[in-house]
Amino acid sequence: MQAGKLSKYLKDGAIWGFIVFELIFFSVAGEFFSVSDKAFMDGDNMLLLLKQSAPIGIIAMGMTIVMVNGNIDLSVGAIYAICAVVLLDSMTWAIFEGLGNWVIPVAWCLALLTGVVLGAINGLIVWKTGVDAFIVTLGSMLGFRGLVFMYNGEQPTSHLNWTLVDFAEAQILGLHTATWFLLIVTAAIWFLMNRTVHGRNAYAIGNNREAAVNAGIRVGPHMMINFMIIGFLAALSAVVFYSESGSVNPNDGQLYELWVITAVVLGGTKLTGGAGSIISTFGGVIAIQLLRKGLSHIGADTSTVNLVIGLILIAVLFLDRQLNVKGKEELKV
Amino acid sequence: MTDETPVLRLEGIVKTFPGVRALDGVSLSILPGEVHALMGENGAGKSTLMKVLGGIHQPDEGQIIVEEKPVVMSGPLDAKAKGIVFIHQELSLADELSVAENIYLGELPRKRFGLVDWAELEAKTKAILEKLKVSFNAKTRVGDLSIANQQMVEIARALTVDAKAVIFDEPTASLTDAEKVVLFEVISDLQEQGVGIAYISHRMEEIFKITDRISVLRDGQYQGTVNTAETDEEGVTQMMIGRKLDLSRNESHHELGDVALEVRGLSCGDLFQDVSFEVRRGEVVGFYGLVGAGRTEIAETLFGLRDPTAGTILMDGEEVRIHSPYDAIERGISLVPEDRKGQGLVLGMNCRDNMTLPQVDDLKAGPFVAEGAEIAIFDQYRDKLDIRTPGWKQLVGNLSGGNQQKIVIGKWLSMHPNVLIVDEPTRGIDVGSKAEIHNLLRELAAQGYAVIVISSEMPEVLHVADRIVAMYSGRIMRTFTSEEVTEENLIAAISGLETEKVA
Repeated sequence: MQAGKLSKYLKDGAIWGFIVFELIFFSVAGEFFSVSDKAFMDGDNMLLLLKQSAPIGIIAMGMTIVMVNGNIDLSVGAIYAICAVVLLDSMTWAIFEGLGNWVIPVAWCLALLTGVVLGAINGLIVWKTGVDAFIVTLGSMLGFRGLVFMYNGEQPTSHLNWTLVDFAEAQILGLHTATWFLLIVTAAIWFLMNRTVHGRNAYAIGNNREAAVNAGIRVGPHMMINFMIIGFLAALSAVVFYSESGSVNPNDGQLYELWVITAVVLGGTKLTGGAGSIISTFGGVIAIQLLRKGLSHIGADTSTVNLVIGLILIAVLFLDRQLNVKGKEELKV
Repeated sequence: MTDETPVLRLEGIVKTFPGVRALDGVSLSILPGEVHALMGENGAGKSTLMKVLGGIHQPDEGQIIVEEKPVVMSGPLDAKAKGIVFIHQELSLADELSVAENIYLGELPRKRFGLVDWAELEAKTKAILEKLKVSFNAKTRVGDLSIANQQMVEIARALTVDAKAVIFDEPTASLTDAEKVVLFEVISDLQEQGVGIAYISHRMEEIFKITDRISVLRDGQYQGTVNTAETDEEGVTQMMIGRKLDLSRNESHHELGDVALEVRGLSCGDLFQDVSFEVRRGEVVGFYGLVGAGRTEIAETLFGLRDPTAGTILMDGEEVRIHSPYDAIERGISLVPEDRKGQGLVLGMNCRDNMTLPQVDDLKAGPFVAEGAEIAIFDQYRDKLDIRTPGWKQLVGNLSGGNQQKIVIGKWLSMHPNVLIVDEPTRGIDVGSKAEIHNLLRELAAQGYAVIVISSEMPEVLHVADRIVAMYSGRIMRTFTSEEVTEENLIAAISGLETEKVA
């Protein structure tokens, strides 16, 4: 029991230990290799880091609940792109012309609604057909991306609203708007998963689906709600990012699903469901962003960053497995 | 007692499955405050009856009556809402969640906005756990508990509702003696509150200790109900099997060859310790003990599925190290596993492919699999073992249990093993095929194979084994020859009583 507790603490704390390690490593390495004279652990740099974590981080919170539930959602990148298109394009629609700046909340709501609806489609298919979520969302990933291209061909969709840009670039109490969104989403999803019946049932379903069914938990609706939440969060992520940038390419958001899943898995969520923590996912998001930023700080290019992150992900899962084996008595299968 | 209204009554329940009449007019009544044992051999229809009661199957005929009101059960939840609670032998728990969350799984107390009322949850759970006198608390993670304590969590679930009848299905299978005492106290508490208890168990001593009446099923038919005080084990056994228990020993002995397999001081963590035995060619050694005594784990260790923590394995007098089933097969050890469908066969593959599975690497014509050679092997063992199948193309999933088991045995015989280990060879197999499998095992020994039979059925080990190794909680208690073994000394040995070591 004692050893079990120790390895549990190790596992829960590992991601934060890793972040501290990264901070120290890049600060020291930055002294020798840095291309700029700025210190890595500079206040502004760290604030920027949080802001840049937001698009992936917001979706990662949704991915955590979907994965705890025992599912996965590969279509988040495509949902993100569709919602971005809806957000920017709807501001130019003729029917909203007389609204002035009031078009902003309308466009936001439309984008978020789109995300929820697309998530609901995923959830409904998984629930009603019983097809594995991996396959369903693989299909919808392709399908939704197709919709983006059908909408505007290869052309980017652009619309800059300066009021919106001002809002997105604002710093409230020192933190950027995007950072606030990330923090609020993290808190809200943490609350959902730990304090509500829905959240606890989601854990139960992912952990032992048969037991959950036997206990009368209605598995389908819970899964659908979680897919709607992740759809909403993918949309929110698009809203936060494109409010500032004002232009969306049809290829935007590609590979987001993989970055998000990487962050979630680094944070210790099990691929098979049932276990995972929102706080650790937050750690996973920060750890990845630190790694990307840190490696470029010491002059590595993007391909090196991908290689390193890939290696670290595999190393983490290997360590996790080592911590989980039950010693020599275990049946080898 | 007769004038009381039964809390639960079954009337003429009939349930047929394609080709089988699983339940044939079963009637049963459970009175408030009584413990009613339900007994029968494997396959007698007990579990089907429970499934009908729990609404998993709907009866074809007959009625379920709760407190004199006919009801239709639509599922386990519906049954629970009507006051009929099941405690299953298999655990159905979410091990990452806390004890409290598991006990109230699916019915967590709520506050406004769908929030969990943690205070109420903990208070309610605490009250239940106090009743059960367990050592863990509401917040313990279920995965950190021992199997026995997990079983207690399962039992705790029954106490969350105002139960009218509680059905215990082999609740003591994984409990220690001390925990059993607590369970029996819980049962007698429930009894005092006027709850009717149905108690399914194979363990006679428990049945006679705690039950008031015993009902017996045989081949889906209701055999009658007797007052526990007015009967004895012999009487109940006769009702269960319709004849006296066939405890005939194996008489014939073959000429024994050399020692094929010897095990010295083998241990594997907590699973089993200091196990030593030997098996000669031409000998059948039976391993008998309760579930969890470590028999299957020894087989798995010999077959390289587990790494031993101490001890040596010798084959033909030579020390060997077995790290994987591949090593074991190389050395001529074969394992016919306990779970035929899950571990022994690929149900979606045909008979021939299942039989040649371990040697398909060697059956090659150039880069391709040699179909002809495969069919030849299949034909040979089909004739030898008398496997009844329309042809090699038949999917094994469609065969009867007895024929499936023969395919598994044939698979290993075609590898020409030295040592054949069979784990529960006749589980879920009908009586006729059982006898065939028993004869087959005897015959194999006569042909010079060293055979190890692991079984939980006493008639089976008595019938096939030349020597019987009795195990209790991971240790060998005693080894009997078929002359010295008696029902009494065998039961004493597997129950951990060491009183008469040299009988």
